[in-house]
Amino acid sequence: MSILEGKGVTKYFGGLAAVSNVDFNVEQGEAFGLIGPNGAGKTTLFNLISAALAPRSGTIRFKGRYITGLSPYRICRMGVARTFQIVKVFADMPVLNNVVLGAYFGMSPGMSSKDAVREATELLEFVGLSEVKEIPAKDLTLANQKRLEVARALATNPELLLLDEMMAGLNPTELAQAMELVARIRDKGITIIMIEHVMKAIMNVCERIMVLHHGAKIAEGTPQEIATSETVIKVYLGEKAHAGS
Amino acid sequence: MDITTLTSKRSLVWWSIVLIIFMLLAFVPLYAPGYPVVLLSSILMYVIMTVSWVMFSGPTGYMSLAPAAFFGVGIYTSAIIGKTLPFPIVVGIGGLASFCLALLVGALTLRLRGIYFAIFTFGLVMLIAHFLLFWELHVTGTRGRFVMVMGYNTIYFYMLGVFLLLLITAYLIRHSKYGLALLSIGQEEDAAAHTGVNVTMVKVITFAISAFFMGAAGSVMATKWTYIDPFIAFNINFSFMPVLMAIFGGMGQLYGPVIGATIFTYLEEFLITRFAELYMLIFGTILVVAILYLPDGLVGLIQRLWKRISERKHVDT
Amino acid sequence: MILTILDVVIAGLLLGGIYALIAVGLSLQYGVARVLNISHGEFIMIGAFGTWMLYKMVGINPLITLAMCGPVIFLIGFFLHRTLFRSLLNSSASWDIFEGRSLLASFGLLFIIQNIAILTWGADIKAYSYLSYGVNLAGAVFPANRLVTLLFAVIISVAFYLFLACTRLGKAIRAAAQDPRTAGLMGVNINKVLALCFGFGALMAGFAGGLLSMCYPITATMGMEYTIIAIIVVVLGGLGSIVGSFIGGFLLGIIGSIVTYIEPGLALVAYYVIFTVLLLARPTGILGK
Repeated sequence: MSILEGKGVTKYFGGLAAVSNVDFNVEQGEAFGLIGPNGAGKTTLFNLISAALAPRSGTIRFKGRYITGLSPYRICRMGVARTFQIVKVFADMPVLNNVVLGAYFGMSPGMSSKDAVREATELLEFVGLSEVKEIPAKDLTLANQKRLEVARALATNPELLLLDEMMAGLNPTELAQAMELVARIRDKGITIIMIEHVMKAIMNVCERIMVLHHGAKIAEGTPQEIATSETVIKVYLGEKAHAGS
Repeated sequence: MDITTLTSKRSLVWWSIVLIIFMLLAFVPLYAPGYPVVLLSSILMYVIMTVSWVMFSGPTGYMSLAPAAFFGVGIYTSAIIGKTLPFPIVVGIGGLASFCLALLVGALTLRLRGIYFAIFTFGLVMLIAHFLLFWELHVTGTRGRFVMVMGYNTIYFYMLGVFLLLLITAYLIRHSKYGLALLSIGQEEDAAAHTGVNVTMVKVITFAISAFFMGAAGSVMATKWTYIDPFIAFNINFSFMPVLMAIFGGMGQLYGPVIGATIFTYLEEFLITRFAELYMLIFGTILVVAILYLPDGLVGLIQRLWKRISERKHVDT
Repeated sequence: MILTILDVVIAGLLLGGIYALIAVGLSLQYGVARVLNISHGEFIMIGAFGTWMLYKMVGINPLITLAMCGPVIFLIGFFLHRTLFRSLLNSSASWDIFEGRSLLASFGLLFIIQNIAILTWGADIKAYSYLSYGVNLAGAVFPANRLVTLLFAVIISVAFYLFLACTRLGKAIRAAAQDPRTAGLMGVNINKVLALCFGFGALMAGFAGGLLSMCYPITATMGMEYTIIAIIVVVLGGLGSIVGSFIGGFLLGIIGSIVTYIEPGLALVAYYVIFTVLLLARPTGILGK
């Protein structure tokens, strides 16, 4: 069953097409990868889905309902959550409160205070941040801040989770932990779309991958198909293949 | 609302202290009548303005320069309906009128970046003054109005009442999920929106609530001036003072503004009598210095010093 | 009928010249230095009083005393930035925080400058008479001083535009307006450029004030209204666009003239209505980025 469907999604910044007539279809429960060179429009597409930006044209449907034109908070409450390419934790708030906020507001109706704190504590344990739940979020390492963003997103009880470069800047140990976290999120039945430059993660985790270049979709398929597609190799993976993944 | 927070030991202690202070204050007209009561009323006026201002602008970082507008609306409400309706209702309507104005201004500007909000609120004071002037000259044919007179004890008790209500409201907001939401808006507004917070609604309603108290204060204090006109009621000084007091006192806790307001009301009384031509210069300079060197206000400074002292103690032992 | 329309338009242009000048000044301070200087009007006031004072003391042509005041006001603005705003910039974690703090700091400046002015010149109204004879234009009579004001406002604005477009320093300023960090990396002395822009903005305000003093009476509290008008024009023309501010100034002047013709005393209210409509419909303004 399709959980997210986009038709002809287009976004211009001035005269430049950041996203150009992109169609996509994500099945419920799958892990869907979104790759492409820098500036290909991946984060912009996320912004269009989560309604941080409005598309110039095209429609997006979540579980069959049109979500283009709704406010971000509404889409969140409907069941779409995301993390950010540049981490946006609430720096001066304790780690626990970052997640509690999601439990309070991310669903309709929101939770009571006791339940919210309980839910947040459980989620912090789920992502492995129980030890640091009292300290201000700004004092966390980058890897932990990314995990905090995931916990906060999960607190809103999403069915679809958009992960924007969650693996960027992680060392090999942190990377393995992050991939394992993604697997556990999938076990909960949550559909995931991930933007990544770390090829190892995408190829191993995702069932299907879409490739963007200059805002347009240039390929879509299984990791195997993408890895062997000449178009993709030429445009993108070529550089990566030489750099080693 | 979190019952456990409300009845936790720390908050019980806090509220006991507040209750005691209010009891002491309530009996001031008995054991120190006259000037102390008048002075305390002025202090309460600025305390209310400053705490209300901090209630919204503190956590969200949206700098409102409109307190004078809401205060003025309260004053004018008193002037217009003060003679025909009972005083408590007048105060309530003054607050309500400011609340509605703030809803309008907020709905208009809080969807946009903070800078638009700041400049719209800055010009609002002059705009209303000009509009009222035009209205009075051409429609009602009057220039200014006479306000009914109230005893200064009455003023004092009403201000105490408004302040108590404000404290309770500010406390409840702060410790509810909306307090958390306000903080999150101030730190990462986009992330807050994506975490399910209806950021526009939260901002507008909190802004309006803060305006309510400024308007109520205006309605009560209006009776101090016997004659008002648009430029007396809508005076940019009443936007400046709460900002100065909040920044100097500290915007993190609720008592920072109280301390700042008390200090500066005293200072203003003192300076007006001795150096009337200099005091805005002095206050302006203090504001600039505070912005530069007191990022967390006086309270923040004391907290940092305290931390440094207690850390030093740990090292020694 | 046609004559009336022409009168109103010309009167609007006369008003607009001043508006354009002060808006360009504020646009420099906000568009480049990112300081929304709500004490802008106070610099206008100082320019007005400075010109008046020198005219009264020395007795020479106010256009010359205006030129004498200019550099002084420029230096005041320049040094204010070098000290106060640079300090704020260095201690702010982001541009947004800096914008908020510098807005409040300029709020404090407003009261400081106004108080100093009242101490120096008193709180009452001053005026002097210069070129107040009438000139016949399109059937209506306009005071010569206002025509001179318009002429000079346009000259100053155009001269500045050419400076921005053609000189090396001008190009540096435009680069800094677009992207301060990159400009810095490319060798532009950002600190100097930002301070210069702030100074130029103050200079424009000072000139506008001097020109105003030739036509209207002045008081120490005249500034705030012009600050608000400058802000509205800057938003109308697009936050950050200098050309937009220039055009917006004349646009608003004409609107003001029309409103004053229909119902005097409602000009500021009309400006605010436009402001409100802009915020609702297109906050980025006519030429905004």
